[in-house]
Amino acid sequence: MNAEIRQIVANHGRLPVDIDTLADGADLYQAGMTSHASVSVMLALEDAFDLEFPDRMLTRDAFESVAAIEAALTELRFGAVA
Amino acid sequence: MTTDGATRDNAFLTTIRQIADDVAGQHAEEVDQQARFPAESLAALRETKALSALVGEDLGGGGVSFPAIAQACFELGRRCGASAMVFAMHQIQVASIVRHLNCETPFFSDYLRGVAAEQRLIGSVTSEIGTGGDMGISVASVTPGSGGACTFEKQAPTVSYGEHADDLLTTLRRAPDAEPGDQVVVLTTRGQATLEPSGTWDTLGMRGTCSPGFTVCAAFDSEQVLPTPFARVSAETMVPVSHILWSHLWLGIATDAFDRARAFVRAAARRSPGTPPASAHKLSHVMSDLSLLRAEVGFALREFEEMSAEPGRERLSTMAGALRFNNLKIAASEQAPDVCRGALGVCGIMGFKNDTPFSMGRHLRDAMSASLMVANERIHATNASLLLIAKEV
Repeated sequence: MNAEIRQIVANHGRLPVDIDTLADGADLYQAGMTSHASVSVMLALEDAFDLEFPDRMLTRDAFESVAAIEAALTELRFGAVA
Repeated sequence: MTTDGATRDNAFLTTIRQIADDVAGQHAEEVDQQARFPAESLAALRETKALSALVGEDLGGGGVSFPAIAQACFELGRRCGASAMVFAMHQIQVASIVRHLNCETPFFSDYLRGVAAEQRLIGSVTSEIGTGGDMGISVASVTPGSGGACTFEKQAPTVSYGEHADDLLTTLRRAPDAEPGDQVVVLTTRGQATLEPSGTWDTLGMRGTCSPGFTVCAAFDSEQVLPTPFARVSAETMVPVSHILWSHLWLGIATDAFDRARAFVRAAARRSPGTPPASAHKLSHVMSDLSLLRAEVGFALREFEEMSAEPGRERLSTMAGALRFNNLKIAASEQAPDVCRGALGVCGIMGFKNDTPFSMGRHLRDAMSASLMVANERIHATNASLLLIAKEV
C-alpha cells in the first residue's frame, strides 16, 4: 500500500521535490503540496483503492503525510483500529 | 448559556445599539463623503471596552459570546457600514488569537490583557501582491536573525484601517525556505512595524475603512509567531469567522435599506389612505429577499457554534465545513446588494437622491464591496475543486 500511495502522491501531488526524499511522516504541505493538488491526490486514491473517503476524513490533516494517508486507507478498508 | 453569560451579552448589545444609533449613525454620512476613519465610533467602542468584548474575563476582557459579537456587527451595520467593518475586522483578529490560545502562547495571553486594558485596535495584513488573491499562500516570510529576533517585509494591496491600527496580524511563510502554503501568523505591536503607503483609498463604498496598500516592515521576537499553523487558524477561525461577521454587517446594511423603503411606503400610504401604494408590492418582494438573507446568515452562525463546540472542532477542518462557510459568503454578498437595489426601486427618485431620509446610495455602495472582499470568483474556484471530492454538502 505504501508504494502505491507514494506513486499516487508523485503523480498527482505536484511536489517540487522527489517523493523518495520524503519520509513517511514528512509533511506533504510543507514539502509544497497545494490544497488543489491534494484534491487530485484524494481523487486518485479513491480511484486506485476503489473506495470513498467520508466527509469526516476529508481534512488537511488526513492527507498531510504518506503515513497519515496510509492510516486513513487502513481505517476505511479494515475498520478503525481500536 | 448561563444566566451570567446572557446578562453580559444583553448589556453589551444594549451598549452597542446605543453607539450605533447615537454615534455611528450620526457620523455615517460624513465618514462616507469624506472617506475618513469613523473615529467617533471607535472612541465610543473603546470607551465601553467593546474591543475586548470577546476576550475572556480571566484576561480582563468582556467575556461576551461570539453570537453577541455577530449581532453587534449587524447593529453597527444598520447605522454605518464602515464602523461595522472596522469592528468586525478587529474581532476577526481577536478571535484568531483567542480561539488558539494554549500553554505555549504566554505572549498572546499577555497581549490580550493589553488589548483589554488599552483597547488596542488590531489590523489585518493577510492579502499580498503576487498571490493572486489567495490567502492560503504567502510570498513574504519570517526572516530569523540572531537570538530570536525576526523581521519581515510584506507588500500588502490593502491593510485594514492601516494607519489607524495599533497592532497588526500578518500572514507570512514560516521561514525564508518554506513553501508558499506553509504559513504562520505574526502579531506585531505599534512601534515594531513601519507602514509605507503604496496607494490611496478613494473607493466606491466602505470609504471610512481607510484601507489602502502599504509596504509593511517589522522587527519582532519569535514568541510573537502564533504556534498554531495558519492553515488551522484559517480553517477553524479566520475564514468562517470572517464570513459570519461580514455577512452579519451586510445583513445590517440590507436591513436598514429595507427599513428606509418601508418608511417610504408608509408615508405614501398615509397620504392616500384606502388604496395601497404600488410601491407596497415592490416592498413585499424586497422583504422576501431580506428574509432569505437573514435565514442564511442566522443558520450559518448556529452551525458554526455547533461545530466550534465539538471536540477538536473537526468538522470546521473538513471540506464540507469549508464549503459551508464559503457558500454563506457568496450568498450573503450577492443577496445584500440585491436587497439594497430592490429598496432603491421602492423609493425611486427619493432613494436615488443623496439628501433624503430614504437615500440608498451609501447602502448600495457599501454592499457592493461584499462580493470582492475575497473575490467571489476565487471562492467559486475553490468550491469547484472541493466539490470534486466532498460528499455531503
